[in-house]
Amino acid sequence: MKRLNFMMATALAAGLIAGAAAAQEKVRIAFIDPLSGPFATTGTQGLSIYRHTIKELVNEPGALLDGQAEFEMVPFDNKISAKESLIQLQVAMDQGIRIIAQGASSGVASALTEAVAKHNRRNPDDPVIFLNHSAVDPALTNDKCQFWHFRFDANADIKMDALTDDIAANPEIKKVYVIGQDYSFGKAVASAAQRFLKEKRPDIEIVGNELHPIGKVKDFTPYARKIVGSGADAVITGNWGGDMVGLGKAVMGAGFDKPIYTYYGATSGITAAFGEEGDGIVKLVGAGQVNPAPSPDAQAFIESFYESFPDLDLGQPQMANVAPMLAAAINEVGNASDIKAIAYALEGMEHDGILTGKTVMRESDHQAIQTVTVQGQTPGVTFEYDKSGRGMNAQTIVEMASKDSATTCEMKRP
Amino acid sequence: MSIASKTRLTAGTARLITLSSTMPWAFAMLFLLCLPFVFQTSSALTIMNQMAITIVFALSYNMLLGQGGMLSFGHAVYMGLGGFFAMHVMNMVEDGLWLPLPLLPIVGGLFGLLFAFIIGSFSTRRAGTVFAMISLGVGELIAACSVILVVFFGGEEGISGDRTMGPPVFGYEFLSQQEVYYLTVFWLLLATLLMYLFSRTPIGRIANAVRDNEERAEFLGYSQRNVRWISFCASGFFAGVAGSLFAINFEILTEENLNLATSGSILLVTFIGGVGFFVGPIIGAIVFTFLQTVLGLHTELWALYLGILFVGCVMFFPSGFAGLIAMHRRPLALGKLNLLFKPYLKVALPAITSVLSLAAILEILFHKRHGYGGDHEMVLYGISFDSTGYHALVMAAAIAAVSLFLVFRLLPEIRAAWDNANHAEAQA
Amino acid sequence: MALFLVNVLDGFVTGLLLFMLCSGLTLIFSMMGVLNFAHASFYMLGAYFAYQISLVTGFWAGLLIAPLIVGVIGALVERYGLRRVHKYGHVPELIFTFGLALLIEETIQFFWGKSQLPFSEPAALDFAAFSIAGNAFPAYKVFMIAVAMGIFLTLLYILTKTRIGMTIQAALSYPETVQNLGHNVPLVFMCVFGVGTAMAGLAGVIAGPVLGVFPGMAVQLGSIVFVTIVIGGLGSLWGALVASLIIGWMQTFATAYNVTAEQVLTAMGFTKPELIWDHPLQDLWTLTLPQLGPILPYLLMIIVLVLRPQGLMGNRES
Repeated sequence: MKRLNFMMATALAAGLIAGAAAAQEKVRIAFIDPLSGPFATTGTQGLSIYRHTIKELVNEPGALLDGQAEFEMVPFDNKISAKESLIQLQVAMDQGIRIIAQGASSGVASALTEAVAKHNRRNPDDPVIFLNHSAVDPALTNDKCQFWHFRFDANADIKMDALTDDIAANPEIKKVYVIGQDYSFGKAVASAAQRFLKEKRPDIEIVGNELHPIGKVKDFTPYARKIVGSGADAVITGNWGGDMVGLGKAVMGAGFDKPIYTYYGATSGITAAFGEEGDGIVKLVGAGQVNPAPSPDAQAFIESFYESFPDLDLGQPQMANVAPMLAAAINEVGNASDIKAIAYALEGMEHDGILTGKTVMRESDHQAIQTVTVQGQTPGVTFEYDKSGRGMNAQTIVEMASKDSATTCEMKRP
Repeated sequence: MSIASKTRLTAGTARLITLSSTMPWAFAMLFLLCLPFVFQTSSALTIMNQMAITIVFALSYNMLLGQGGMLSFGHAVYMGLGGFFAMHVMNMVEDGLWLPLPLLPIVGGLFGLLFAFIIGSFSTRRAGTVFAMISLGVGELIAACSVILVVFFGGEEGISGDRTMGPPVFGYEFLSQQEVYYLTVFWLLLATLLMYLFSRTPIGRIANAVRDNEERAEFLGYSQRNVRWISFCASGFFAGVAGSLFAINFEILTEENLNLATSGSILLVTFIGGVGFFVGPIIGAIVFTFLQTVLGLHTELWALYLGILFVGCVMFFPSGFAGLIAMHRRPLALGKLNLLFKPYLKVALPAITSVLSLAAILEILFHKRHGYGGDHEMVLYGISFDSTGYHALVMAAAIAAVSLFLVFRLLPEIRAAWDNANHAEAQA
Repeated sequence: MALFLVNVLDGFVTGLLLFMLCSGLTLIFSMMGVLNFAHASFYMLGAYFAYQISLVTGFWAGLLIAPLIVGVIGALVERYGLRRVHKYGHVPELIFTFGLALLIEETIQFFWGKSQLPFSEPAALDFAAFSIAGNAFPAYKVFMIAVAMGIFLTLLYILTKTRIGMTIQAALSYPETVQNLGHNVPLVFMCVFGVGTAMAGLAGVIAGPVLGVFPGMAVQLGSIVFVTIVIGGLGSLWGALVASLIIGWMQTFATAYNVTAEQVLTAMGFTKPELIWDHPLQDLWTLTLPQLGPILPYLLMIIVLVLRPQGLMGNRES
């Protein structure tokens, strides 16, 4: 059996090489995200979603330039460091890659968007395009917006808009506690929460609004005590990674059994860490949905993802839009080398997202407008996270969320 | 300050300017000037710039560890602070302050010096564990402050600037990576030369004396504390220069420039290179940057390899790469270096094969465990195979076993050759 | 008041957990003069081993076996690593443990990957022991207190009342004399290192379900452990206990009370500027006590080192 496997793989590999030799143009996309170190899971998961989307939605159906070309992801490990990202950006550009994808950490994204803008200003004939698949600091499409940056995830404000819709619809919530990490994203979440809650439910009292040092808190118990002591009916947090696990476990351990609204409270080991305790308590706001699958096509798409990557999760549904939308833009231009024309084609593009419904890349600030859902941790869903027997189930679905939201972006076009 | 007032500052300078002592510098300069003609891509230039910055930083670190015997766990603070101030000044240049870019490292250096002066005033009172622990505490404090003091440090995103906004220097605006390379190399050579000269000055010599025996140095009339403080300030200055070069190259500074990981890695760099030698940190910086950026492109396990190299280095050759090279000075002086060539060549092939095959075992195991499901195909050293089966693993293990066996077989021969090459009388 | 009591208890748990790590570290330091930078890595190893064992046999077997394995690994590291480096001097020793910490972290990632592992407290202790004004106090934390107290008392007994303890204490100050008296000092060193790391491993097993099992768990605790033993006085068991508790309470209370700089400054008679977000002193005005919490131990350490380099209860400098 093993031997057969080996032979099949060899045959497959030979087939692949032969296929590549059949003179198909490769359009390469540089994937610059952490692939080693503490955030490697995020990067690996993102890369697998890209690879799956490219295979299923672009390359196999021959959707790029009538099958004359194929996408290829080229991974670069930025170790979630701004400096390494800039080096990897250079390496990618040296290899002739002009399409850059990144998403983990808004800090890195803002370093990259600035570097890309600088490069394009200094080399106007040889521009680079930056596809941001998950860095959600609102500033990137507001004060720091620029023509070459496109954001495919819903930003922190848009997500908060949907999240507060869910809170507003729940009359039992009278007191809310907002807690986050002490940096730009945590602050953005906190101020958006205040703004939207005041607008939608002025009767809700914000009983706590605080920021804790990012990645430095060993034990969240004192915070949990404060939250329970404040008599809050719900918690809102933008925490991710270890800070999310620590906070969630401490809050639930202190006897809190009301909703905890999160931005990143699932997958990458988090769902498994919360386990049964988090069922019905942990909520997540995000673009698109996996459970229930929005359409039969989506169902098949997710199923085949889990067949190919049984150890990973399809945790960022909006990432499945990047490659198809890029392909559509390239098809419109007719070639993959005129980056400026591709960027113009992406502006204002409408797309039927496989997991995110109708999706529009807004022209004014390059922010994707798509379905945003509030999901709750539920046992026994079709597509579970972390192989833990539970996953996130969409509960409130907002189509074309915040499509008319204001932006401070003053886009300068070349 | 009561530093040896009677010692002539010119001591030793007379024999500095000889042909044999200027040759290496001239050669290094020529070599560095020619490099861009070989490596033309901007990423290669970026990596070389990073090497240059790491060299300056590591040399400044070795002023503490190697020359002064002070083990610091917070040296990134001075580089980072120098860099942050340089970046703020760069932004002031954008708003109209007149300062040509090549002078920016002086600014960063002065701020590094200022903070080294302040922190050194209490941290250098004692050497040893107390100094190490204070440096750790200060390092953690400043790194934590960088997220709290958002106005100055820019929070998690850091602060950024544009180097091209200053007045042009001889028509150069530092738009291309190549122009930045020459600027960096200029400062690399200048800083290295100054640090080398510092190590030759009386103060540099006394720093060694204090490192080796504080009490004896004290009896000779030198305040051990002041000697350490001065070395610390000088080291802070050059760390600040390295920070400014970082600011010029990457045009961004973040919390990671200040944190414990950066401080730890510079210790690693310096130690791998060899703390006992002036060139040690230079070798260490080149090897480390190469491993981090180039190896990092090819394998996820680069940090594991680095860890193994580091621990192996401390255990088996604690004088670092420079020490390994220096071991050959005696055979060279005896004119018997040629005796070593043949055994070295003989062992090279099995040694390289065993390292590569051991790495292959690790890579295959890692791929089996964490490889993307469904993606069993694995490419290693240009060979593509299926990682689910045991064929490749067994093969790699067999190659490793055979090559290791050969290496161990050849060891006595090398040892004999080594002994032979190190003894003047035993003519072969 | 109720919340105050809860915080006292929580701080006590945090402090005792810290003490379990520090006691081993401070013992090792006082014996060999080595600050073991990899100590927190042994804590991490304990947690990972216990997780792996618990998959097969459940939590309790892991609690017993994992620290033993860690202790054996620690002893081997001493025998074949540290002892070899010892002859080069203290700095290479320190650097060796620093490298070891890196290596252990990478090795753990090699085997267990980079995500957080789902390691949770045993079902038998998964209930609230009592609750104060709605704040539940888990039974597991009561268990943590009991284990830590047990360790402290056992250590104190062994070190001061038994023959082995006497030998260790003697070997601390006069290794040559003890060697000449016929004791095998290197063996004693190896055992102390093994026991110290085993205790770190035990701390890891116990802390794992509460603080999480992930590759960064050693780094997160790494430097705070040093800070604690430096504050307490290197080599002093009582000092380690006192410093651990001080830091435990300090951090808990700093996070528990939202004292803001705004309140303090207003009380001092300053007025807050209208447009705070563009103000050069914005950081000063928006500072809060919980933000400062994590850096307080470092501040305390620097003050202690400058004013009293031997630490609160230590009697020698290094």
